[in-house]
Amino acid sequence: MAVKFINRNPLDDPQRETVSRSILKSKKPTWCAGCGDHGVLGVYFKTLQDLDLPHENIVTMAGIGCSSRFPYFCNTHGGHFIHGRAAPFSAGLSLARPDLHIFLFGGDGDGFSIGGNHLDHTARKNFNLTYVIMDNFVYGMTKNQTSPTSPIGQKSKTDPTGSLDQPIAPMKRLVASGATFVARTSTSNPKHMGEIFKRAAEHKGFSVVECMSECVHFNRGSFNDLNPRKGGQFNLVHEDHDVTNQESAYALACDEWPGYFGVYYEIDCATKEDKELAMIANTQDMIGDKTDADLINATFDALI
Amino acid sequence: MSNTIDASTADVQGCALNDLAIRLAGYSQDGIQSLGGLLARLAGRSNHDVITFMTIPSTIAGGNSVYQVRMGEGVLTVGDKVDILVAFYADSCEEHISSLKEGGILLYDSDEFTPEVNGSYKLIGIPFSSETEKALGGKGRGKNLFVLGLLANLYKLDTVKLTKLIHDRFAKKGEAVLNSVLAPYEAGLKYDMSSLCKESFTLKESEAEEVPQVTMDGNQAMAYGLLTAGVRYGASYPITPATTIMEILRGELPKYGGVFLQTEDELAAVCAAIGMSYGGHLAVTTTSGPGFSLKAEALSYASMAEIPLLAVNVQRGGPSTGIPTQVEQSDLMQAIWGSHGDCPRPVLAAQSVEDCYYVAIEAANIARKYSTPVIVLSDQIMATRVQGFAKPNIEAGLVPPVIDLEPRPENFKPYDLNEITRHAPPGTKMLSGKYPTITGLEHDEDGKPNPGPQNHMEQSAKRRNKIKKLTDELPTAASSVFGAADGDLLLVGWGSTYGPLREATIDLQKQGKSVSHLQIRHINPLPKDIADVFNSYKNVVVVEMNDEGIYGYGQLAMHIRAVTACGNIKSFCKTDGLSFNISEIIDAVQSYIG
Repeated sequence: MAVKFINRNPLDDPQRETVSRSILKSKKPTWCAGCGDHGVLGVYFKTLQDLDLPHENIVTMAGIGCSSRFPYFCNTHGGHFIHGRAAPFSAGLSLARPDLHIFLFGGDGDGFSIGGNHLDHTARKNFNLTYVIMDNFVYGMTKNQTSPTSPIGQKSKTDPTGSLDQPIAPMKRLVASGATFVARTSTSNPKHMGEIFKRAAEHKGFSVVECMSECVHFNRGSFNDLNPRKGGQFNLVHEDHDVTNQESAYALACDEWPGYFGVYYEIDCATKEDKELAMIANTQDMIGDKTDADLINATFDALI
Repeated sequence: MSNTIDASTADVQGCALNDLAIRLAGYSQDGIQSLGGLLARLAGRSNHDVITFMTIPSTIAGGNSVYQVRMGEGVLTVGDKVDILVAFYADSCEEHISSLKEGGILLYDSDEFTPEVNGSYKLIGIPFSSETEKALGGKGRGKNLFVLGLLANLYKLDTVKLTKLIHDRFAKKGEAVLNSVLAPYEAGLKYDMSSLCKESFTLKESEAEEVPQVTMDGNQAMAYGLLTAGVRYGASYPITPATTIMEILRGELPKYGGVFLQTEDELAAVCAAIGMSYGGHLAVTTTSGPGFSLKAEALSYASMAEIPLLAVNVQRGGPSTGIPTQVEQSDLMQAIWGSHGDCPRPVLAAQSVEDCYYVAIEAANIARKYSTPVIVLSDQIMATRVQGFAKPNIEAGLVPPVIDLEPRPENFKPYDLNEITRHAPPGTKMLSGKYPTITGLEHDEDGKPNPGPQNHMEQSAKRRNKIKKLTDELPTAASSVFGAADGDLLLVGWGSTYGPLREATIDLQKQGKSVSHLQIRHINPLPKDIADVFNSYKNVVVVEMNDEGIYGYGQLAMHIRAVTACGNIKSFCKTDGLSFNISEIIDAVQSYIG
């Protein structure tokens, strides 16, 4: 008997549990008061409620870091994985279970430093999942070390006289990675964050969002430049930007700090899961209706 | 040359062989592998035991290539020395003449060279190159098939079966190809050797058994074992000598509705496999030593989060890049202990090509039942050698891949202290309304982070005790002993040393020595009665292909000494990248058998 992929559509289930913000709440978040991550959690709950997804099919995953505590605060299936590698974990999960809705959360260290290689490959293969990178320019959980996005000159415990190294440019990196949906938002603008999360979640394929989320403890004021309430500018991506044009998206990503907010890039491509399912279907069409025992016996008989 | 015997002047005599060992030495482009492969398949179809050994240099094409086939009755190793050496070139002859038995046959290409060898060998020179050319009616490949014909001619091999094998293999490539293969083969078969060799050989016929024999290598057997065990998902990164397992699964799994994922690196491979397993489908990741080291962190996660997983390590010479194409058994400690934190985990070691199939099934069943990562050890010798064995009863081992998405009751706890963890895969409704989180943080029964001292003690004990419980279902060590239950010497090994150790034991027993043999398949946890078994012998010698280390003990010897504290355990190790010769083992244990 071949594995039966789960064909049921949970949306057709009259008994299905719908989710609301109150149902989704779990353990009280342990983030510092004023941390941007609280906002991400709230908007995530609202997004799930708006999407009306079946409760049991939602998966919240994370790696390691302050932001990666996320799954403990969500009453959904999911897990807290190891540092930097929640992307391949989620890729494997999604491949084995294409019926699920997988949301992956992590920070700049998790995504761009220790997990940098995985980010690129999960993106280019277009696994069907949504990845929100909560960028705060600092390692907060280990108490203030330089992160891959720390600007040159930022002081930390590992760079007491200021960071010396060129930081990663997240948006350039994400556009170049081959992700089929790339966007940028900020916790300082919850309404915008909500719109972006919804579009990311609705995108079929790998959707990745850089979400500026200020660390009020070690990096207070670092994102004032993008917050109009603090004298900054929240520059929206122009309406005439062609999101299907990778060069334009890259040009947008090259703009100076604080840059633009909105969807940089979005194209429609077959997902990894769809391609593998198509291969399975073609293979099974070719070989006809065979049981597992038939298949293995035939393999052995050819080796007699 | 003075000691060599001219085969043509030797007395004419018939000789019935119990077994026959052939070494083929040439360059890799000569088709040595395919010639050896055909001989192995022939032996399999003739119900002979068969075992092979091959080397391929790490270079992609060219370079010396060796294929050794031994077939016959009671064949467990490839043989210390061979009956016939087929040398395609002068340097292949020079390099391999020492593997030829005294009085053995050196069959060589007289177009290429005239051998200058010391020793009593029978020399048979035949112009392989020009005879092949003659048969093909021009230049072309086919020396290997010509030699196959010669060998069939010399040893009265079953030409009906052999011809059928050639047809099976080449007919689908078209008539022209088939004819270009058959022509040199038939030329070899008809070549008049009467003036060159007065001896006639026949390999004793083997009685047909009820179950037909299959011939394959250990990586094939491992892959088919995984398929039988209901493993439908996996992820790996290419690494010698494990790669063919992922290649086979990538090709086979779609037929079964599954997927094999080639990842960007070893770390992603194990992480993806853990994700697949969390999804409710037991998954596998396959690798060799260096890749296994890279997976170590995620394996600890699988222990902590209690996710079932199979991690296959096809061992090669180490450390580091080491000798990627040669065998070594130096990853035993890594398999048991090579992770951070306390991670008790089952480790199983296949002992033959055939056993690769059965170990895969057993490991999968353990992983599911105990919700734990299971490490499966194989090695380069088993991975690449072809062996014949009785076709398994597929139905007996078959595990249907099922996923359990039944709603979980109100009182469900992912990390219940009193039960073995059974995760609720995503897609499962939780009747309590509370959805579980899997985690690598120390956690309470509900999966919430809890670093409390009492909790860490209890959860550590939970993870340890389920692995201890596994020993209840393991076969006893006593039941696995070959030979008397007590005596002067117990030879102990693990992995692919099974063949040489068993043959050495049989040889010594025939000499009237008090020797028994135990091959340990369950490396961790060990069978419960292992110390009692060791205490029944004056000496226990552990034979393994790794270094004796700083303290003078190989890795298994170290492990079983630590576990049993038996003072009679001695160690015999080597790291030459080759499997043990029978004589090496017999020489090493002389002082223990009086």
